[in-house]
Amino acid sequence: MSGKVLVITSGKGGVGKTTTTANLGTALAMLDKKTVLVDTDIGLRNLDVVLGLENRIVFDIVDVVNDICRLQQALIKDKRFESLFLLPAAQTKDKTAVTPHQMRNLTNELRQEFDFVLVDCPAGIEQGFKNAIAGADGALVVATPEVSSVRDADRIVGLLEATGLRNSQLIINRLRPKMVRRGDMMDIEDIIDILAIELLGVVPEDEAIVISTNRGEPAVMNNSSLAGEAYRRIARRITGEKVAMYNLEDNENIMARFMRMLKLAR
Amino acid sequence: MIDFISRLFNKDTSSKDVARERLRLVLIHDRSTVSPELIGALKADLIEVIQQYMDIDVESLIVNLENDDDTMALIANIPVRSLKRAI
Repeated sequence: MSGKVLVITSGKGGVGKTTTTANLGTALAMLDKKTVLVDTDIGLRNLDVVLGLENRIVFDIVDVVNDICRLQQALIKDKRFESLFLLPAAQTKDKTAVTPHQMRNLTNELRQEFDFVLVDCPAGIEQGFKNAIAGADGALVVATPEVSSVRDADRIVGLLEATGLRNSQLIINRLRPKMVRRGDMMDIEDIIDILAIELLGVVPEDEAIVISTNRGEPAVMNNSSLAGEAYRRIARRITGEKVAMYNLEDNENIMARFMRMLKLAR
Repeated sequence: MIDFISRLFNKDTSSKDVARERLRLVLIHDRSTVSPELIGALKADLIEVIQQYMDIDVESLIVNLENDDDTMALIANIPVRSLKRAI
């Protein structure tokens, strides 16, 4: 078996890389895909708390690459899903504690055992980024509809291409349909036009993300969360299924629809 | 609501159009900056090729990528010491 290694990256911090990794990983596990999430944000580990697995960590990624423990000893099994695992980052080391070569060996070992290896990349374009992308087959670039985030995403796409990763796919996160309709937020087309990469999915802004992170339960487990639904659809696309884009207009009320028609007709 | 009505009547550009335009311009600039390593490699190759035809002053050779709003140009200033004899 040879699984797929995907790195989740963005350049800019705080756009939702870790949330995206946790949700896509959980959604893939819900689809019965054996999935491992690798936190490469050494020194600033967070994926464990988003998944609610922070109390189970014994060994971490730095222990594995330095042969302090076996890979199997460091992998944490999710408490809800049989086929979901986490390889946590080290909290006390820095980003130079792992090399791109070690990362490549690690992901190659993991892909023997898993269908999907999702690598959560740290913010920035320095060593941590270079490590995270070293063993990847493809990249999922997360961007929010803001000037700063899209600019950084463009830089990341360039850097990924320079290292031979030419099949990056875009996830637009935290889209606010109301603001888009008002003309106060860039829409999906604007962003795709600018970045010129394939769109994998759009995740709306959703309070359920904050609540689920508070609890350590990814939003994909919540059937009434819009963001959760968007992530479940993205996960199915990752497995190769053709899935329609979630219609973000569904929540628009009649009055708003009428006003929009007026605006279009002018 | 008032905001919407006022937008309906005067053709103010929406903030997303401003965002898109600013991004477009900043990315033209970002994408045009090339690494010093690339310019260095280009310089070395240029010297090698030109030296087959003329004797140039390698020390004072200047190669730069310059951009002007929408266009980009590679400007090279290569002082020639002497031409080689005709082959």
